[in-house]
Amino acid sequence: MKGDAPPRAVQLEMYYYLRLTRALDERAQVLYKQGKVVGGLFSSLGQEAISIGSAFALEKGDYVGPMIRNSGTVLARGHTARDVMSNYLAKATSPTGGKDNSQHFGDIERTGVISCISMLGTLVPVMTGMALGARMKGEKRVAMTYVGDGASSTGDFYEGLNFAAVQRLPVVVIIENNGYAYSTPTSKQSLLRNLADKSKAFGIPGYAGDGNDVLEVHSITKRCVEDAREGKGPQLIEFKTLRMRGHATHDDASYYPPGLLDEWMKKDPIARFEKKLKPTKEEKAAVEERLKTTVDDAVDFAEKSPPPPGENALQGVFEDDSIIQFTPWWKRDA
Amino acid sequence: MPELTFLQAISRGMWEEMEADKSVFLMGEDIGRYGGAFKVTEGFLDRFGPERVLETPLAEEGFVGAAIGAAYVGMRPVVEFQFIDFIACAFDMIANFACTSRYRWGQGVPVTFRGPWGGATKAGPFHSRNIEMWFAHTPGIKVVAPSTPSDAKGLIKACIRDNDPCLFLEHKALYRRIKEEVPDNSPPIPIGKAKVVREGGDLTMISYGYMMHRCLEALGQMKDVSVELIDLRTIYPLDRAAIVESVKKTSKVMVVHEDTRTGGVAGEIAAIVNEEAFEYLDGPVVRVTAPDAPVPSAPSMEEVFLPSVADIVQATRKLANY
Repeated sequence: MKGDAPPRAVQLEMYYYLRLTRALDERAQVLYKQGKVVGGLFSSLGQEAISIGSAFALEKGDYVGPMIRNSGTVLARGHTARDVMSNYLAKATSPTGGKDNSQHFGDIERTGVISCISMLGTLVPVMTGMALGARMKGEKRVAMTYVGDGASSTGDFYEGLNFAAVQRLPVVVIIENNGYAYSTPTSKQSLLRNLADKSKAFGIPGYAGDGNDVLEVHSITKRCVEDAREGKGPQLIEFKTLRMRGHATHDDASYYPPGLLDEWMKKDPIARFEKKLKPTKEEKAAVEERLKTTVDDAVDFAEKSPPPPGENALQGVFEDDSIIQFTPWWKRDA
Repeated sequence: MPELTFLQAISRGMWEEMEADKSVFLMGEDIGRYGGAFKVTEGFLDRFGPERVLETPLAEEGFVGAAIGAAYVGMRPVVEFQFIDFIACAFDMIANFACTSRYRWGQGVPVTFRGPWGGATKAGPFHSRNIEMWFAHTPGIKVVAPSTPSDAKGLIKACIRDNDPCLFLEHKALYRRIKEEVPDNSPPIPIGKAKVVREGGDLTMISYGYMMHRCLEALGQMKDVSVELIDLRTIYPLDRAAIVESVKKTSKVMVVHEDTRTGGVAGEIAAIVNEEAFEYLDGPVVRVTAPDAPVPSAPSMEEVFLPSVADIVQATRKLANY
């Protein structure tokens, strides 16, 4: 199940976005240690190929629901490094204006990215509904989302994919199997060796691939996206990878067996892709320059942005703000 | 002007909204050929087709999520729960996903959740619940509970047109029990507005849903007490102004609901009255509610569980004489 590799110019863009994802991740780690990140920081280190390879398989106008480790997806779909950094710092200029943090943001109109919530698996039914709504409007859009090995155990995963299957909706679900849900190994989530076999429960195709090979991710996803768009119903893909950090920055992953990280370090998706792509000196220098400018600008922008005004906490619960805005008894003049 | 039952009024309201707006569609279990467990959607499939009368798998969390997604791309789904008790199966999707969406990232979720609600039908612990306060306590969703056919029709229309999630509660003991003349193509009734059903001076009685009818029955037995009866119609946002205005006039207030006692809306009303009209009060804010128990099956027990007409009369007399 492999298609042609994308043209070199596209591959170079993929290379840039892989590097950008990692560079932002590394800078965010520093900001976290400086106490500047609001909330937890969930690293995508080692998993970048799944986000980038799959995001590049979508067409303009498609919808995608990223998880917290898919900052690569949102960047590749058109969100800026400023968006990512300012949301980590929960600043007024961030896409959520400080209402939410981390990778919880999106923009349906501009990028087709849907903001996730912390309850994993919820995006599977929601993306199914977006595909449903688009079909009702006569549009041929594909809706793609991700779950981890952990979230593939949720009821939402089953209910959403089953509904999508019954309705033959153009939905692509990627199981990003990174070996651990927080500290729980995949062997405690499921007896299946390949989580892609869960597709049999829905009567839909299921594929497994190497999550640390960006071109393999891209080609499998692209075929699935095309099949979904052609009316062949939802598609399930499992990409195997390893989370190269703990669940979040506070977690040292000491529960990993010895040698596991070393073993996967050799499969680093960026190093592997670089070997295949063999960028010229000039190409590499151009990428480095672009990275430095973009990342420095994003960090600078986020750090210099003001925090949101506290009063904004009372805005946007409903379309009509007056529903929750009134002066309590103890704040009124006697 | 057609005379409609409570059920027909809800059905008619949805029908008119679907005729007027192509983005409105229905989702739920058995709502197509069968017309829904209570037949609220009877005839819809033939008129609007299977795409707009979408039958779902038996998976509330899943189809609520799909409704949210469809709403994100411009649709206005109306989601039926076969019994409103089953909304518990979709609580995560409503409370965490839908209710926070506008706040988190500016995406409104124009979905109406509706279904048969409440007791007095001998339906037992899982087909009788009062779930309104689960959601009244969850910022980001409006909770509507009409007691008459014309209010039901006007309010279901308002819910469907609202750009935020709305929970529309249909008391099943009222479905075929009450009738009223309701004009065709009637306008929506604003959410968040209570209705003074009867004016009076001795005390204010506040209720909603099926209990409104028990309150009216009780008042029929007490010609000597002048009671101002208010139908909340909306549980969230509460019409604070209407409550306070009436209490300032009567100086006494009681709340009647079939929901259980702790955390029921009566407690919230008592708190509002305490803060806003303390100096006007001539007696305690009285609650006539169900006890903190699941809804029992046996009619003999459900009778004790639900506030009765006799309970309302007794409470009214005691408060009036205070």
